[in-house]
Amino acid sequence: MTFLMRRPTFSIGLVITLTLIAIALVSLVWTPMSPTKMQIVHKLKPPLAQGFLGTDQFGRDVASMLMVGAWNSLSTSLLAVAIGATLGTGVGVIVAAIRGVTETIVMRVCDIIFAVPPILSAMLLGAFIGSGRFTAIIAIAVFMVPVFARLTLGAARQIWTRDYVTAAIGMGRNRAKITVVHVLPNIANQIIVQVTIQLGLAILTEAGLSFLGLGMPLGAPTWGRMLSDAQTFLGQAPWLALLPGLAIALAVMGLNMLGDGLRDLLDPRDQT
Amino acid sequence: MIALIFRRFAGLIVTLLLVSAIIFAVMDLLPGDPASVILGTSASPDTLAALQKEMGLDQPLVVRYVAWLGGVLQGDFGNSYTYGVPVAGLIAERLSVTVPLALMAVFLSIALAIPLGVQAARHQNGAWDVFSGLFSHVSIAVPAFWVGLLLIILFSTTLGWLPAGGFPGWDAGVVESLKALFLPAVALALPQAGVLMRVTRSAVLEVMNEDFVRTARAKGLSEQTALWRHAVPNALIPVVTMLGLQFTFLIAGAVLVENVFNLPGVGRLAYQALSQRDVVVMQDVVLFFSGLVILMNFLVDLAYLVIDPRLRAGVR
Repeated sequence: MTFLMRRPTFSIGLVITLTLIAIALVSLVWTPMSPTKMQIVHKLKPPLAQGFLGTDQFGRDVASMLMVGAWNSLSTSLLAVAIGATLGTGVGVIVAAIRGVTETIVMRVCDIIFAVPPILSAMLLGAFIGSGRFTAIIAIAVFMVPVFARLTLGAARQIWTRDYVTAAIGMGRNRAKITVVHVLPNIANQIIVQVTIQLGLAILTEAGLSFLGLGMPLGAPTWGRMLSDAQTFLGQAPWLALLPGLAIALAVMGLNMLGDGLRDLLDPRDQT
Repeated sequence: MIALIFRRFAGLIVTLLLVSAIIFAVMDLLPGDPASVILGTSASPDTLAALQKEMGLDQPLVVRYVAWLGGVLQGDFGNSYTYGVPVAGLIAERLSVTVPLALMAVFLSIALAIPLGVQAARHQNGAWDVFSGLFSHVSIAVPAFWVGLLLIILFSTTLGWLPAGGFPGWDAGVVESLKALFLPAVALALPQAGVLMRVTRSAVLEVMNEDFVRTARAKGLSEQTALWRHAVPNALIPVVTMLGLQFTFLIAGAVLVENVFNLPGVGRLAYQALSQRDVVVMQDVVLFFSGLVILMNFLVDLAYLVIDPRLRAGVR
C-alpha cells in the first residue's frame, strides 16, 4: 500500500490498465448500443447529442464501438505478445545454456528480424496471404521474438555466472534442469516488465495495421479502423478522430506507466 | 581500427545477404505465388503455368534467388506488375519525398528533445523535470498518424494555415513543398522526441557528476558553459544510439503518416502496392527499408567507435 502511495505513476498505470481490461471484458456481454447497427438518420451526431459519445457516418454508436475496439485491440496485442514472449524467452534461455557458435548465429538472426518494421512485414504478408487478424498477430509476434530473446539471453547469462549455479553444476545437475530451476525463476521479473511495455507497443502497432486495413476483418470495430474512417470527416466530425486516438494513447500510456512501476517494484536493488 | 571497421563491414554484408535470402524464402513458402496473384483466382491452370514459366517460377528456389540477387546488385529490382516500370526507379522517385520528410522529422525531434532533456536534468525534480516527464510519457504513447490527424484538424480544417495533404512536387517550388512536409514531419517528430528527451535527460544527469565536468566548473567556467561545452557533447553518445535504434520506428511511422497526408513517398508506394497486390514492389520496399535499418545500425556502431576511443581498445 505504501508502495502505491509512493509511486503515483505505477498507481495511475494500474488504474488505467485495469479499467481498460474491465471495459474490454464488459464489451463481450454488454454495450450501450449495438456497435455495428447502422442508423443513418442519426449519422455524425456529436457526443451527448446521440448516445454518450456521438455516432459515426453510418449512425453507429461510437461509445459501443470504442468498447468493442478495446477488446479487439487488447486481445490481438495480448496474443501477439504472448506468442512473441514465449518463443523469444525460449530461444533466449536455451541459447544462454548452450552458448558458443549458436549464440552468434541466433543473435545475428535476431538483428535481421529486428531490422524489418512490423508494419512492413504485415504489409508483405498481407499482399500474399491477405489481411486479417492472423496476419497482424504474426507480424507483431515475429517482431517481439528478438526483443525477448535479447533480453532473456542477457539476463540468463548473468544468472549462469552466479555461485549457486556453479554449485548446481558441481553437483552434477544438467543444463536443462538448471535452466528451469534457477535461470527462469530469476529472470521472470524482467520478462513480466518487458511484457507490459511491449503490450503498449503492440497496441500502437495493431492500431497502425488496422488503420491501413490490415487488422481485424471489415465490420469489426477497432480503434485503428475508426481513425481511418474518421479521416473523411475531419472537418464535420472531429470527435470521430479524437476519441479512438485518445483511447489508444491512454491504453499505451497506462501500460508504459505500469511497466515502469513494476520495474521499480520487482527490482529491489533499484529502490531508493 | 581499420581492421575493426572492415570486420564490421563484412558483418553488414552478411546480414544484408541473410535478410534478402529470408525475404525471398518466406515469400516463396507462403501460399499464392506472384503469377497467381497477377492472374487472380479465375485463371486456368494452363495460363498460370505459362506465366509461371515466363516469370521463371518453375526454376528451383536457389536458382531464382541467385538470379534475383544478381539483378538487385546491378540495380535491377524487377518490374512492378501494376506500373510496368522498374521498381528501382519507382523507389528512387518516391525517396525525394520520404528522405526530406524523415530528415525534417529527425531535425525537429532533436531540436525539441535535447533542450528539454538538458533542462530537465539541470533542474532535476523541478517544474521543468515534471513537465518534460509528462511530455515524454504522453508523446511516447500517441500514435504518429493520430497526431497527424489532430494537426490536420487544427491547422488545416480549422485555421487553414497549412495544406491538409498532398504534395506539390519540388518543381512547384521549395517553399510550397516544405510547407506540405511540415505537418507530417511534426507528427513523426513528436513521438520520437519523447524517447530522445528521456535518453538525453538520463545521459546528462550521469555525465554531470563525472570528474571532467567538475574540473570544468572548478576552473571557473560558468554553469552554462560547463554544461553545454563539456557535459552535453559527452551525453550525446546514448542519444545517437537511440536515434539509430529508433530508425525502425521512424520508417514505420513514415509509412502511416505518408498515408494520412497523402504524400507520394516510399511508404505510400508500399501501401498502394499492397492494395494492388503488387508483390514485387512490396518485396523490394521491405528489402530496401530493412537494408536501410541495417546500414543505420552499422553507422551507429562506427559513430560509437569514433566518439568514444575507449571502445576501440576493448572491442573484439
